[in-house]
Amino acid sequence: MADAHSTPAHTTVPRRDWLLSDAPASRRQAAWGKAYRMWLQFRANHLAMTGLVTVVLLIVVALAAPLLATHDPAVINLGNRLQPPSAENWLGTDDLGRDLYSRVLYGARVTLGMVVAVVLLVAPIGLVVGIVAGYAGGIIDRILMRVTDIFLAFPRLVLALAFVAALRPGVTSAVIAIALTAWPPLARLARSETLTVRRSDYISAVKLTGASPARIVVRHIAPVCIPSMIVRVSLDISGIILTAAGLGFLGMGAQPPMPEWGTMIATTSGFILDQWWVPTIPGVAILVASLAFNLLGDGLRDVLDPKQE
Amino acid sequence: MTGPDLPPQGWSRLASGALARGGDIASSLLGILVTLFGLVLLTFVIGRTMPIDPVVAIIGDKAPPGVAERIREELGLDRSLIEQFWIYLMKLLQGDLGTSVMTGQAVTADILQFFPSTLELATSAMIVALLVGVPLGILAAARQDSIFDNIVRVISLLGYSVPVFVLALVCLLVFYAKLGIAPGTGSQGIVYQGMVPFTTGMIVLDAALDGQWDAFWDALAYLAMPAFLLAFITMSLIVRMTRAFMLEALNGEYVTAARAKGLSEARILWRHGLGNIAGRLVTVIAVIYAGLLEGTVLTETVFSRPGLGFYLTRSLLNADMNAVLGATLVIGVIYVCLNLLADLAQRLLDPRAR
Repeated sequence: MADAHSTPAHTTVPRRDWLLSDAPASRRQAAWGKAYRMWLQFRANHLAMTGLVTVVLLIVVALAAPLLATHDPAVINLGNRLQPPSAENWLGTDDLGRDLYSRVLYGARVTLGMVVAVVLLVAPIGLVVGIVAGYAGGIIDRILMRVTDIFLAFPRLVLALAFVAALRPGVTSAVIAIALTAWPPLARLARSETLTVRRSDYISAVKLTGASPARIVVRHIAPVCIPSMIVRVSLDISGIILTAAGLGFLGMGAQPPMPEWGTMIATTSGFILDQWWVPTIPGVAILVASLAFNLLGDGLRDVLDPKQE
Repeated sequence: MTGPDLPPQGWSRLASGALARGGDIASSLLGILVTLFGLVLLTFVIGRTMPIDPVVAIIGDKAPPGVAERIREELGLDRSLIEQFWIYLMKLLQGDLGTSVMTGQAVTADILQFFPSTLELATSAMIVALLVGVPLGILAAARQDSIFDNIVRVISLLGYSVPVFVLALVCLLVFYAKLGIAPGTGSQGIVYQGMVPFTTGMIVLDAALDGQWDAFWDALAYLAMPAFLLAFITMSLIVRMTRAFMLEALNGEYVTAARAKGLSEARILWRHGLGNIAGRLVTVIAVIYAGLLEGTVLTETVFSRPGLGFYLTRSLLNADMNAVLGATLVIGVIYVCLNLLADLAQRLLDPRAR
């Protein structure tokens, strides 16, 4: 009970009661209590928990791929191509005799790596653009939102394809292209959240105390936007995964021999009629990953931001 | 509330309302123009930052040195970027998107030839998705948390989580290879190819217009699988939005009032509930319809259907930049126009949006 040190009055109270207390004695207790209540609500949602567990498993698989793999994902063995699942190759082999199980595991690395890169790029951009537009208002707002509209005027995959074509195909280009198409909805969201609190009393109070605009934005507006941003990003991840896989499938994303799921399907889709498992297995991996993030996102939305749909 | 924020009364209020509405439409039209200009600028920038030299793409790298310079001049690539953009914009206004290196035709002509097939696929998918999705969403909302609701939600969740190209491959495997109840890839059987004259460009419709009923059924059979596939994915989005809107509407006080009046549940759902959400639903459906253009890119590639998506990916693989940017721009313009139409439709259907 690390918490007990700062709250001696509660040393004898079990941790659960401390967390669920109606009269928190400190800010910290209130914050932890709120988080705990959210967790209880989240835990009661079986679909959301399924999503969370699957996402955690995916992350573990991605990190531990070298330990879990039974073969080197890059080793070609033409004498052993297109084999059905067996004790030696758990999910069979692809058209170059590479072990599918190991390649699918390493594929989780590529896909999650792309997801992390895109999120790290777009979340700050979306947040900053949205808050600046919402807080500054006027001409700055109009210009920023017009730029956002222009990027929103293309279906995501189409714009990403055009960008990748200009940049030349590869994982880095795919990440940049997807990021370019993923920030506008986040900026819109951050802007609308900012607009709802911009004129509220607590902001006026902070202004009266002489806080600079930068301080107001960073300390008092950004935190308000974070929960809905988390929800939106987690729901967006499935779209990022599908776009990355779609780019790979069209030959515009990760390039062979990299074990990216969409690319794996692209190079083996011709075998769908005879060795159906070869392109289908990476397809199932994409479905599982995208489904897991959707379930997680739905669960997070119910807890963090019930008004958003 | 201070004075100026009070709503004006009587006639002046009506007049200012009408003015505001006119101003609204004017400013949203102006906004659209700015967005369209931005689209053109964006595609221009993409086109000019590409690493592939367009001159080399046309003449290859073995041409004598003088030729490259001449072509560069012909293409206007020796001028400043602003001049180039101006020329690009002027040509665009005349409907000139340049020439496709791959087909040797004007990109505009190519797009006119390929787009109808995409329109046919997207529209038939949308019709099926609407007919199934809207009722499912409404019924699921009416019986919230029932077994029916949960099944609908899971199916819809699967629909927007599944990669469309994987589903397309699996459908080909099951319905074409294993069950043999669907034709394979393409848009027509080999017997009928070249038989149907190009009227609208939509093969099913053209065959019917020409009275070639064998060709009609054949083309319809080829259309069925990709259309149902896209319909499933589209439906899952429509179900999700309809259900959410409906749940919100059913919590409204007017629904309680309607119940108190003794109206039947069916009348409440279909008249009051649907009537109330129709405006918002139309907006969402327009966005989803525009998004179908994206689904068709992958579906047409898997099914080798000669549509805009197929044209786009084939041009990409051949580094045919004029064709890529032309197709991208056209898709963007369609997207913007659909959004504008949705906006106008919502104003018509939903007085609250005015």
